[in-house]
Amino acid sequence: MATQTYVGTRTIRPDGLDKVTGRARFGADFNLPGQLIGRVLRSPHPHARIVSIDTSRAEALPGVKALITRDDFADQSSEFIPAGEMMMNYKDVVRNVMAREKVLYEGHAVAAVAATSVAIARRALKLIDVTYEVLPHVIDVVEAMRPDAPLLHDDLFTVGVEPKPDKPSNVAKRFEIALGDIGAGFKKADVIVERDFKTAPVHQGYIEPHAALASVSEDGSTELWCTTQGHYIVRAHCARLLGLDIGRIRVTATEIGGGFGGKTVVYLEPLAIALSRKAKRPVKMVMSREEVFKASGPTSGATVHVKMGATKDGKFVAGYAELKYQAGAFQGSPMQPGVMCAYAPYDIENVKVIGYDVVSNRPKVAAYRAPGAPISEYAVESVVDEIAKKLGIDPIDIRMQNAAHEGTKAAYGPTFGPIGLEDTLNAVKKTEHWNTPLRKWQGRGVASGFWFNIGGETSASLTVNEDGSVSLMAGTPDIGGLRASLAMVAADELGIPYDKVLPIIGDTGSLGFNFLTGGSRSAFSGSMAIVEAAKEIKADVCARARKLWELEPGQVEFSGGHVRALGAAADTHTPMSIADFAKIAGKTGGPIGGYGRINAQGAGPSFGTHLVDLEVDPETGRVTILRYTVAQDAGKALHPAYVEGQFQGGAVQGIGWALNEEYIYGDDGKLQNPGFLDYRMPVASDVPKIDAIVVEVPNPKHPYGVRGVGETPIIPPLGAIANAMENATGIRFTELPMSPPKVLKALKERGLNKV
Amino acid sequence: MARVVLIGNLAQLTGGVAEFDLSATSVKQLFRQLTDLHPALGPHLEEGVAVAIDGQIYQDALFEPIGADSEVFVLPQISGGCP
Repeated sequence: MATQTYVGTRTIRPDGLDKVTGRARFGADFNLPGQLIGRVLRSPHPHARIVSIDTSRAEALPGVKALITRDDFADQSSEFIPAGEMMMNYKDVVRNVMAREKVLYEGHAVAAVAATSVAIARRALKLIDVTYEVLPHVIDVVEAMRPDAPLLHDDLFTVGVEPKPDKPSNVAKRFEIALGDIGAGFKKADVIVERDFKTAPVHQGYIEPHAALASVSEDGSTELWCTTQGHYIVRAHCARLLGLDIGRIRVTATEIGGGFGGKTVVYLEPLAIALSRKAKRPVKMVMSREEVFKASGPTSGATVHVKMGATKDGKFVAGYAELKYQAGAFQGSPMQPGVMCAYAPYDIENVKVIGYDVVSNRPKVAAYRAPGAPISEYAVESVVDEIAKKLGIDPIDIRMQNAAHEGTKAAYGPTFGPIGLEDTLNAVKKTEHWNTPLRKWQGRGVASGFWFNIGGETSASLTVNEDGSVSLMAGTPDIGGLRASLAMVAADELGIPYDKVLPIIGDTGSLGFNFLTGGSRSAFSGSMAIVEAAKEIKADVCARARKLWELEPGQVEFSGGHVRALGAAADTHTPMSIADFAKIAGKTGGPIGGYGRINAQGAGPSFGTHLVDLEVDPETGRVTILRYTVAQDAGKALHPAYVEGQFQGGAVQGIGWALNEEYIYGDDGKLQNPGFLDYRMPVASDVPKIDAIVVEVPNPKHPYGVRGVGETPIIPPLGAIANAMENATGIRFTELPMSPPKVLKALKERGLNKV
Repeated sequence: MARVVLIGNLAQLTGGVAEFDLSATSVKQLFRQLTDLHPALGPHLEEGVAVAIDGQIYQDALFEPIGADSEVFVLPQISGGCP
């Protein structure tokens, strides 16, 4: 491994200045001469059959240049592909971007128009005549599972049950994992706790709405600028949905104002291309916030049943759970990772977890940080706390006693290598925070969390410029500090100053395939690709030096940022830096560069533990977060400030999930709070400074020891806050969000609502 | 022989058999041997699964070696959505 001059330090962010001055260009900042404005007509009904669509009046409106409906998209065969978070089926994707036989949620796209102005586009939408046959709808996951529930898809038969069902239902899949003998485990238990939990659907809440600008030329060459977590994935989806050759589409990922999983799928992108193709002019489309809420994301709401058993000395002996996750209008909730993560933090001999993937008349869920895991782990962490309380054991101690460690066989299959859960528990226990006394109506809670992490296909390049600076190109959008992290690795690998590395995110025409930014993979995989690219450069300059110095193989090496002659030859040849070779590149073989093309494997699992203090106002039910500490294993923090930022951001999103955020539907199946005034996300003034403790248990499969860090931080807050609420009030809240009306109601029911 | 365990719903395609002793020396061979034994598994293995070999998870890695005494789990593909 190279000398670490920059890795592990807090370097200046290469994109920071443009972002604080407003110069950075996000999705909606791109424009082209002659562009049209695209707008989408969306369903007013949660469930209806489309009888007819008459576009003639809209198309006759002066200024309307193109109009598309279901007729502009060929139907797709049923084919599942990995889609960044969960599996997706193109048969469903084509119906999600543009409704075909039925609309399946309020906000479902029915038609789109491109016009010369926003006003004309809006007027045109009003002139599209859609005849609906309104159908009964179902929103709640449990109601959707009932045999008499309104059926969304008459060809959806539950997978994973024997015998195979002969009738369709809203249950797309049943999935089960088991370890040991759950019945025998419960027989060994001295204490058993059983609880039912419910969580609300929550949106990823990225500040930047979806935006796309498409330009299709007469020969079919297509350019697309969009805000996305994976422009290669956008390219693949658009090619498939529109029958285009992948090689004729060039997608540029703009700066991104948050994604959190919600920008791993396509919504506007294929519509903008289809409109541009028809109008033969560029088309720009930007979602309103209302559209973002009604037609993109969110993550699942769920019900979870947990039953855990422990011996009287605190050893967990059995863990059972049953999860029912909303998928939205089409199958594919993050139920499977929820099942696999539920008990992953613990070393338990007997585990059984069953999950159900259920469709209902809501927007199709998209990934959201550690998809599925926060829900199941919240329920388990709540029950872990109850067991600790029943047995009179400190909540950190009981987690430590049962913590997964190197050699633990995880319930989802593998045996863990080196992992850092125990280190995070120790780190939290040593804090002054843990040992500070609390007052009345204040409570403290702790919870741990696990996420797998992934690698995946990654390409990156390093090009040595004439002056010795290095252009770095990555192909995964930079959301959490990728450019800085990769530049530091490149600088250390090549022994050059950090500010001589100029990182950019290339378009899809510039590098080989890249999987998206997700799964906590971009810094992990990207840095591995950069190490490979740097190896190529180092081998090249060593070969050039041998020829220059007329030495044999083995008589030169690259170390300390220089090619050096070895042995006796070292006395007669001055070491040469990358900049030295840049000056003579043309004379010694041409431009110098390296290319890393890998399918990164070996992503180390990630564990974290959170500690929270809060205060409950008994008169209003409002909960104030007083203090918050995150400890998480990063393996090796390439850029500690960015790693801490991931910890803090995840904690704040988890706080919102626990306390306030929820989709609220009326009896009419329509979303009642599609805006930030009524969908209450935490803002800076709602939360204290989040203290971040970076634990480093190196990942042996990464050259620098890196583990992904982006997802785990959103998992523990839900359980930690629920546990703190119990500590503050004596009430075990089992339904999220723990919003003021619910808290006040619970306090009133127990006569506790007086100061 | 490597010990191979199917996690989740895959065992429904093998008549309930979830554990195998196989001579596969790579993921590619593992998939072929499993498909030879239970053809219904083939499309699912091709569609995308993760393979944990001695504790380490691999995805889309047909050439990854499997040792004679390896512990192998075949599980659903894992991904994510952050940040």
